[in-house]
Order: sequence, then C-alpha cells, then structure tokens
Amino acid sequence: MIYFDNSATTQADPTVVDTYSKVSNNIWGNPSSLHNFGEQAFSLLNQSRKQIADIFEIKPHEVFFTSGGTEGDNWIIKGTAIEKRAFGKHLITTQIEHPAVINTMQQLESLGFEVTYLPVDKRGRVSANDVAAAIRPDTILVSVMVVNNEVGAIQPIAEIAEVLADYPKIHFHVDAVQAVGKGLQELVFNSRVDFATFSGHKFHAPRGVGFIYMKEGRRIAPLMSGGGQEKNLRSGTENLPAIAAMAKALRLVHEDEQAKIAQEQVVRQTIIEHISNQPNITVFSETTSDFAPHILTFAIEGVRGETIVHAFEEQGIYISTTSACSSKKEQVSGTLVAMKVPEHIATSAVRVSLDATNTIAEAQQFNQVFDKLYVGFEKIFVKN
Amino acid sequence: MQYTEIMVRYGELSTKGKNIKDFINQLGGNTTKALHDFPDVRVHPKRDRMHITLNGTEPKPVLERLKLVFGIQSFSPVVQLPKDIEAVYAAAVEMMQEIYQAGMTFKVQTKRADKEFPMDTNAINREVGGAVITALPDIKVDVKNPDIELLVDVRNNGIFLSSLTIKGAGGFPVGTAGKGIMMLSGGIDSPVAAYLGMKRGVDMEMIHFFSPPYTTQQALAKAKQLTAVLAQSVGAIKFIQIPFTEIQETIKEKVPEGYLMTIQRRMMLRLSVLMAQKRNGLAIFNGEALGQVASQTMESMMAINDVTTMPIIRPVVSMDKTEIIKVAEEIGTFDLSIMPFEDCCTIFAPPSPKTRPNLEKTRQFEKLIDVDGLIERALAAVEISTIRPGEDYMNPEEAVFAELL
Repeated sequence: MIYFDNSATTQADPTVVDTYSKVSNNIWGNPSSLHNFGEQAFSLLNQSRKQIADIFEIKPHEVFFTSGGTEGDNWIIKGTAIEKRAFGKHLITTQIEHPAVINTMQQLESLGFEVTYLPVDKRGRVSANDVAAAIRPDTILVSVMVVNNEVGAIQPIAEIAEVLADYPKIHFHVDAVQAVGKGLQELVFNSRVDFATFSGHKFHAPRGVGFIYMKEGRRIAPLMSGGGQEKNLRSGTENLPAIAAMAKALRLVHEDEQAKIAQEQVVRQTIIEHISNQPNITVFSETTSDFAPHILTFAIEGVRGETIVHAFEEQGIYISTTSACSSKKEQVSGTLVAMKVPEHIATSAVRVSLDATNTIAEAQQFNQVFDKLYVGFEKIFVKN
Repeated sequence: MQYTEIMVRYGELSTKGKNIKDFINQLGGNTTKALHDFPDVRVHPKRDRMHITLNGTEPKPVLERLKLVFGIQSFSPVVQLPKDIEAVYAAAVEMMQEIYQAGMTFKVQTKRADKEFPMDTNAINREVGGAVITALPDIKVDVKNPDIELLVDVRNNGIFLSSLTIKGAGGFPVGTAGKGIMMLSGGIDSPVAAYLGMKRGVDMEMIHFFSPPYTTQQALAKAKQLTAVLAQSVGAIKFIQIPFTEIQETIKEKVPEGYLMTIQRRMMLRLSVLMAQKRNGLAIFNGEALGQVASQTMESMMAINDVTTMPIIRPVVSMDKTEIIKVAEEIGTFDLSIMPFEDCCTIFAPPSPKTRPNLEKTRQFEKLIDVDGLIERALAAVEISTIRPGEDYMNPEEAVFAELL
C-alpha cells in the first residue's frame, strides 16, 4: 500500500506508540494526586510540556493540552468570544478555514456575534490588506490558518501580523495543524501571534491529543470547567500517555526537518512533473515557497474526485478528495470554491498529501497508475 | 551573519568612581563563571566596556546567558571587520538584509576612537547609510527614533559593526555588596526578594526551614528548585536547610495560640542571625511585604525584629502583590512558587494570629520554652549544599523520562 493521505492523519510512529504503552502501564497515576505516584505522573506531564516548549522556543506555561485540533480551534475562538464579549462581538476569519473554525464561527453567529469571512485570491491566499480593511473597533479576534489543508497555500501570517501590530487588543489566532515539521516555525510563532492550534495525529502522535499555544499575558475563557487542570483553563484528567507520546513525536518530527521537507518536495515534484503533461489536469498546489511541501492537489477535469480516489484505492494507493473531513459528504471543496475554481473542476479535485517516509519509488508507482487510469478516464471526457 | 564578539555596556557601574575597578573585575569573573561551559569564549573586561570574543561559538545561547548577569546594562553582538570601508559596506548590507522588515527605519551611528582612520564620523555615517539604501531602496532614514540603529565602532584593532542592542539585567555584579542570608520559604515573595537583593550585588545564601513530617520532601525540593532558578543569575547558591519540627511542636504545646506565629518567627530569625554570623553575612533578607499577612504588620515586625540588631532587609516591603507577581513571572519563579506544598509557616498557623502582638507579652510567653536548647539542637542538624542552575529537584526521574520522551 502507498499512503498519500498524510494530511488526513499520519501513522503513529512505533516508538511513540511504545511511549504511550509504557506510560499507560507504568505511570498511570493521576497527575493531580497528592501522593508520590501521582507526583511522578505530574513530573512527566511537566517534562512533556517543557519539551514541547523547548522545541518551539516558547515558555512551558504557554502550552495547554487539548484533545486535538478541533478542540483547540473551538476553545480559542469561543474562549475569546466569551472572554472579550464586553469589548466587541466581531470576529474575522477566511473562507478557506478548516470546518473546526468555520463551523465554530457560524455557531457564534447564531449567538449574536458577527463574523467576516475574507476571500482568497486564485492561489488560495488571503490578503493582509483585506484583513486591515475588515477590522472594526469591536473586532476581538482574527483567525487565519497557516497552511491551508486543501491546497497547501501558506497564508501571509507575517503580513497580517504587521497589520495587527497596530491593534494590540485583537487576539490573533493561527491554526497550525498542517504546519508542523514543514519549516514554518518562525511564521507560526511570529511575535504578534497570540494563539496557535496543534493536533498530535498530524505528526505521528496518537489520536485524541493536541495542544494550543497561548501567549503569556493573553487570556481566554475555559470551555471545559471542572477539576481545574491546565491552570483551571481546561479541566479533565490529563491524557498523560498521549501527551508524553505527542511530546516525543514532536521531537522526532523536528529531527532533520530540512531533509524531510526536501524529501517531500522531491516526491511531490516527481508527481507534478509527470501529471502536468496531460491536458485535462489542473494543479492547484504550486512549488513556490508560499506553498507547503507536502500537499499536492489537482483535478482531472471531467472525473469526479471520489471516482479518482476509488480508482487509485483499487491499485493500493490512498489519496483523498480535498479534505478528509468533508470527503464523505457531497460537498465541494470550500477552498477551491473560494479560489473561484469553476464547480466542474472543483468537484474533480483530489489531494495527495505526503510525509517524509514517502519515497520517489512510490511517486513513480503513483505515476504509472495515473497513466493507466488516465487512459480509462479519457473515455469519460468524451461523454462530457 | 557570523558574529565575532559581544560588546557589553556597564550602565550604573560607570558611576562608581574609585571602586569601578573592583566592580569591573567582579563582573568579569561573574561573566566568566556564567559562560564557563563555552570553552572557546573569552571575557575581556575593560574600563569602559567588556568585550566577549566568541571564537566560533554560536552566539545565541551566550546571549541568553548574558541576559541574566547582574551589572550588565545592555549588550550587542558584533562583527569584527578589517579596517577596510568596502568590507564595512558589505557587512552592513548583509546585516540589514537579515533584520529589515518592510516599513522599518534606520540610522547609522559611528564612533571613531581611531583618529587615524581616513574617513571622519560624518563621512562614515553617510557612506554606510548610502550603501544600505542602495541595497534596500525602500528603507527610510530616521535619526530621531529609528527602528534599527547600525553602530559602527572604529577602533585601533578593527571596525566593529552591530545593529542589535539587548537589555541586560541591570544592577550591580553579585559579590560587590557583601554576603546576605535570605530566609527563603517557597512562596512567591521570598524568591523575588532574593532576586532583588542579588541584583544590588549581594552574594546571597538561602536559609530554608523545614518541619518533617508536617512538611513534605516536595516542599523542600521546591525551595531547592527555586534556588536553582535564582542560581541562573549568579552561577551557584549555598542552600542551608534547618530542621524546625521540634521548635514548632514545642511552641505549639507551650505558647498561647495568638502568639504562636510571632514566637515561631523570632526563633527563625535567631537561627538565621546565628548562621549569618557564622558565615560572615552582613544582613538578613526576607520576603516580608507590609500588611500582606498577620506577621507583616509593623507591630509584628517590631516584635520579631526584637531578637537581633543585625539589619533585616526587606526588598519587597512596599510592593503590591501584583507587582511582586510580575517580577516572579519575569524571573521564572512564579510557576514553582504556586505549587501547593505546605511550608512550615502555614502548618501550625492559628485561625486568628495576633496582628498587633504586644512586645512585653511576646517576651514573657517566650520564657515558656527553652530557647537556647532548641536553637542548639536545630543548629546541630543543619545541612548545607550547593545548588547550581539547571539542577532538577522536583523531578528526580528526569533521566528516566527523557528516554520515554
């Protein structure tokens, strides 16, 4: 099998699973317990937090553990809305965010908040000028993803940060779920960024764990009230095995990061060069530096995305329609629609998402399968 | 940009007149100690500035370490260039390209100690500025309030270029004010008080009272960990632990409840003074803030202070709690301080201690206990250790965990 769906989820690293299992078996005390068995769990929790903070050159008390990306996005957006509702009820985001952001925003709209959804250009990038124009006196949050999960476009976080430098009271949130291990640390932790969302299973940690970055001095309301864990901001007994495993996965993903990025780029290049020769192909992911190295989205005009996915699957190659979260529903990619891609092309889009463990040999095999399938698809083109 | 040295400015030190030589030597020694694990780094303390040559060492961790050293006003990573103005242009352009972001302004500031150099200050300012503008056409000059100040220092042994000024910890080099003994509890205030004392040049030793089994090993570990955090600024700190169980039990048994706390504090102070005298300390430091709790009224301070004539210095005495917390967060002790382990100040705390203890009554009640015998036995069991930055007392299993992580 060739797994090219790493933006949906990644395979947990075996040594990371090993940590998960060792902690589950041996250090299963509750970090809140007073006895030294609980104390041991508490120490491991702190050491995991410190390791994550050290990797990102932030402070341990700026790291808060969550259950994953969806919770992180929900918490930062709703937590800001609750915390700052007295100061304003206007939020700004983009039309290409992950549903964890978009649907959270829509829920807030139903509660009386106002949301501006900024458009993107043909390349899938939002403009900092649009952010500037959308800011109102009652704006409390700007939420923009770092790497778009559907086409891989890197958003102009630094430029938006510059705009927001003049508005120090507005919370600036970046969804960094697709940005880990892609050489984007400086962008994510721009000094104006206040919050960032991370999800463990996108970088070889187990499911059900993630964390947020909350800059020192910023505050959001908790969504989980209870026993007071995570400085009383995210209650619930800490998922220590997963947290320790995630800390390890984060360390591993940053080892030889540049070499891993180069590997993803060369695999992606091998596919792009090959498929671009065909007339009915539209490639949305560019190879310029403002696109992430691991995402390649393209359309075969005239063939539905799910048809392409299943055709590849029959040959043992796993890809997806543009986002795993929406691919089971009859939905067109939100990002491609926002990029003003005509609907008949948007519905023909599929995403190849890579990992450093993917090889050029796999790309070549993909290319062979592609050629075979393309010949078959040509019959459908005629009918259209 | 390959930085070759770090230039350190002294600030307040420079006003010290005759003592300045001692101060600079002390600072040079402290800096050398702080950078002891960078074998290629050399520290050269000079009268007006200190120069730290990197000799190929990565500058970033060195800069981080310097931020903590007391007596340093500010410092700048510097590139040493030959006395060739073309090389200065090239390096200035490279340096600016690294830090310039759209919209930033700059100016060039030249200091020319070497009067033999053919170009004068104004010419260097103008020409280096010109080279930068040619390379970065969008950059604007602002001589009053620039975002980037490009410093060109023409000395006899080369031209030194820098653009970044990093704020230092300020204060005086530790050791220049003599030795002090800090009564360190483990709460928020005393580490801040210790820090502020050290910042004024005091060579501080920590005294910690512990009362097993009423206080746990974790409370003791926490006090040690706080000391390890504070040691980042000074290299190493002596930690003096004094057992307090017998004294507390005796006081609890013999003394009326309202005076428990006052007499307990008097005993702590006596022990601290005796330790200070033994160790050539000149003053006792503590974390008392006026009005914060029962023992911190002026009446209480008088009743406690009664046992000694040694100066008691209270660096945070007039600070608000929020101000103290802010410093605690800045120096990295806050998160540790708020960990919930009982210390010996709170275990026998009566529900309503006297906020205005009467001095005569205090002295009378104290006669109910054998002060000298208790003190002798406590001093016989004192343990002294040296605590260094980076040591981990809270998490003895760190190495085991490191394999998991």
